[in-house]
Amino acid sequence: MADGYILSLVTFLPLVGALIILTVRGDEAVVARNARYVALWTTAVTFVLSLYIWAQFDPTTSDFQFVQKSEWLGGAIDYHMGVDGISMLFVILTAFLMPACILASWTSIDTRVKEYMIAFLVLETLMIGVFCALDLVLFYLFFEGGLIPMFLIIGVWGGKRRIYASFKFFLYTLAGSVLMLLAIMAMYWHAGTTSIPVLLAHDFPASMQFWLWLAFFASFAVKMPMWPVHTWLPDAHVEAPTAGSVILAGILLKMGGYGFLRFSLPMFPVASADLAWLVFGLSLIAIVYTSLVALVQEDMKKLIAYSSVAHMGFVTMGIFAANQQGVQGGIFQMLSHGWISGALFLCVGVIYDRMHTREIAAYGGLVNRMPLYALAFMVFTMANVGLPGTSGFVGEFLTIIGAFKVSTWVGAIAATGVILAAGYALYLYRRIVFGVLEKDSLKAIADLNRREVATLAPLLAATLFFGIYPAPIMNVTAVSVENLVSNYNAAVEAHRLAEGGGAMTHLTALLTGR
Amino acid sequence: MENTTAIPALLPALPEIVMAIGAMALLMYGAFRKNCTAREASFGALGIFLLVAALLIVEPGVAVQTFGGMFVVDGFTRFMKLLILLAAAAALVMSLTYIRREGMDRFEFPVLIMLATLGMFMMVSANGLIALYMGLELQSLALYVVAAFNRDSGRASEAGLKYFVLGALASGMLLYGSSLIYGFTGSVDFDAIAGVLAADGPNIGVIFGIVFVLAGLAFKISAVPFHMWTPDVYEGAPTPVTAFFAGAPKVAAMALILNILFGAFPSMMAEWQQIIVFIAIASMVLGAFAAIGQTNIKRLMAYSSISHMGFALVGLAAGSPEGVRGVLIYLVIYVIMNAGVFCCILAMRRDEGYVETIGDLAGLSRNQPMVAFLLAMLMFSLAGIPPLAGFFGKFYVFMAAVQSGLYALAVIGVLSSVVGAYYYLRIVKIMYFDEPAEAFVLPMPAELSTVLGISSVFTLFFFVYPAPLIVASQVAVGALLP
Repeated sequence: MADGYILSLVTFLPLVGALIILTVRGDEAVVARNARYVALWTTAVTFVLSLYIWAQFDPTTSDFQFVQKSEWLGGAIDYHMGVDGISMLFVILTAFLMPACILASWTSIDTRVKEYMIAFLVLETLMIGVFCALDLVLFYLFFEGGLIPMFLIIGVWGGKRRIYASFKFFLYTLAGSVLMLLAIMAMYWHAGTTSIPVLLAHDFPASMQFWLWLAFFASFAVKMPMWPVHTWLPDAHVEAPTAGSVILAGILLKMGGYGFLRFSLPMFPVASADLAWLVFGLSLIAIVYTSLVALVQEDMKKLIAYSSVAHMGFVTMGIFAANQQGVQGGIFQMLSHGWISGALFLCVGVIYDRMHTREIAAYGGLVNRMPLYALAFMVFTMANVGLPGTSGFVGEFLTIIGAFKVSTWVGAIAATGVILAAGYALYLYRRIVFGVLEKDSLKAIADLNRREVATLAPLLAATLFFGIYPAPIMNVTAVSVENLVSNYNAAVEAHRLAEGGGAMTHLTALLTGR
Repeated sequence: MENTTAIPALLPALPEIVMAIGAMALLMYGAFRKNCTAREASFGALGIFLLVAALLIVEPGVAVQTFGGMFVVDGFTRFMKLLILLAAAAALVMSLTYIRREGMDRFEFPVLIMLATLGMFMMVSANGLIALYMGLELQSLALYVVAAFNRDSGRASEAGLKYFVLGALASGMLLYGSSLIYGFTGSVDFDAIAGVLAADGPNIGVIFGIVFVLAGLAFKISAVPFHMWTPDVYEGAPTPVTAFFAGAPKVAAMALILNILFGAFPSMMAEWQQIIVFIAIASMVLGAFAAIGQTNIKRLMAYSSISHMGFALVGLAAGSPEGVRGVLIYLVIYVIMNAGVFCCILAMRRDEGYVETIGDLAGLSRNQPMVAFLLAMLMFSLAGIPPLAGFFGKFYVFMAAVQSGLYALAVIGVLSSVVGAYYYLRIVKIMYFDEPAEAFVLPMPAELSTVLGISSVFTLFFFVYPAPLIVASQVAVGALLP
């Protein structure tokens, strides 16, 4: 089997689907129907192929696997693909969520269906590419290229304030990323290559690490998003169509966390250690503050968007705790948040399609008419809270343990976030689902249809399965994370020894309580 | 000692000679044949362009000097001339329908374009101050006329006059600077100037001279602070002329800047680098901010071209072979993207005539989905979003700037590209998000859709196989900076 090409195949297969849709001709209804089916089949096949990667993946090594490399821009900038334990599962996650997105848009998108499906398939190619790229320039290409389809998805098929939201999304993300581009160039001139495996082993001088770290941070913090640059997210989420929100919350946000894991931590270990206090501070603010903000939201999507920011706070905290539990917890949290938040947006989409409003006050007592929906929504709400037995618990628990090892205070404050999450999530659930169904507009609302069940069931299964048995994910990531953490610690130790303990170190130690 | 009365070697200048004779012949043909249309003459001109391109391609590509060392031919000049030819030919093709419809159907138009192109060739090959000035004036005089070619239109006449007055001022500054350089070095020949400066070191008189020469040339590439004419001339001139202005002359002037700075003043890089850095920053920032408020798409493209020249100058500011390579790659990508955008502008025609406000594009994605898609991609490319071609242009120039340690320039540059992204996005927004306006006249003329198609294919798929352009520009740089 040509394992060297499987990643390129998975990456570019959706693009092939997009080209097929492009050739569909006929009257509008036929085109729309065919476009939907082509998109569904393409994403389904992509998912199956991505499972093949998982099956063939060797979890006992931290090396990159399924590597493919060929000449591209010259000057040591190559087309270089490969995955390791950190990135592989994100590829699967992307491929897993896409069919759900297509199904969720089946009837709710009825204008320009062809263009919509093309935009989604192109977006899938770019997203998978981000996680497979082993060259910084290639990574940047995929990372930034994703802005174009997402901009159009929000802008064309979005809600009332879609234009404002799409511009804000685009310009915020672009502004962060261009600084990263400059950092990539600086790294190229220092190391003579943009190959990620080479750069992972390259030793950048500490002063340079500081600036490179900040430049990468500018990009990933916006993407993640971290407080205070998170304000584009609620706008983008609220205005995007349901599937757009799913992709935003499920995958695009994960690119920030993936970037921290792939670049910031291993390539700039000294700067990461020195600036960890900054990340902890911002993460804690995100966890506590945005949770409080979520409590007072009137709009369902906005509430979930703010809760995403809070959950991403756990991820950044776990990653920069830089120990086995924290990093693995961060990865797990990202994956589980990928399907949980995706599912929550889908749940909002289900009732939005029926009532065309996202206002919480417009609902109430849905359990009387929609028992299936109430059940599914409950599981996802509990997972969002981080109830043991759901996948949401595992990630949050591990990241808090990781943070606790670094500083008791950070762990303790983060733990309050779990309580606050229970507050806003249960409050939301109560207002929408429980109570007496007394609004006339809701009297005739129908329960989940078969398509919606098919959309939500896999996500529900993943939530419960990985909540009870997280081992498949843990086993795959363990060795790569171990390698990452030990390299990180070694690099930081070496630097401390060489430096003999500068003023910055003391300050950091003081702040983090070490 | 060379015998100065003997006839110099003509073979290296064969493309120019063919172009000159061709232009004359076409002029005669037009004058003596009754009712010669611009279309006929344009095809004649395109034929000559093809012939010249063939001559350029078969050129051996080794450095040769002739006309007493004033005229130089090498890999760099060949690269630049081919690019100029491409830009001029695209503009000529794009004008075919327009000039017939707008009552400008006169055979002089292609002839003037040819003469301007000849002037640009001279600029590219100039290896001395006199040759430089000759080429520049030949180009400029032809351009002044084509700017006002639609003589019944007040706007076009105004554009032509404005261009002429300010252009003459710029030429004057350039001449003054040249005289200072000649006065302080005792030579008009680039190589001799470089020799004198390398031996004696920089002196204040020559620095003054460089400032004036650069001011004159900055005018030609419409870099800030000599950009004031650009929006008015772009808006007033007939659209195909604007398309021409945005492409070939910029390339030629940029080649001239490269020629003179690296040919005559390599030893004074520290001095001219500051000037270029300033011009680059000012152009990028002003171009980005001033375009935000524009409603006329031609004016918007004028500001866009100002900021693009700023980006190209970033590569020059780096002053390294990588930087010059960045400039060349940038110019090629810029010229091709620009041609595509102007095709779309030329297709903006309703029953009552050509329209040019941005609002007229509203809902284009419904009426002409393919054109809207391609224009949107060109806009994203102009904004420098990967994986489109425009990104690579910016990538290489900023790469060079970072290498040379010009971090402030690079940071300001990329941030102004974010500001610039706003107005490119606005066009996409109008086409895709707004309610459809009245449709344009269909179908799009075949020659426009061809040029648009070629330009878009290049823009969209450049990333798949970028090697040819990168290698070619590398070779060209090798000739300029041995």
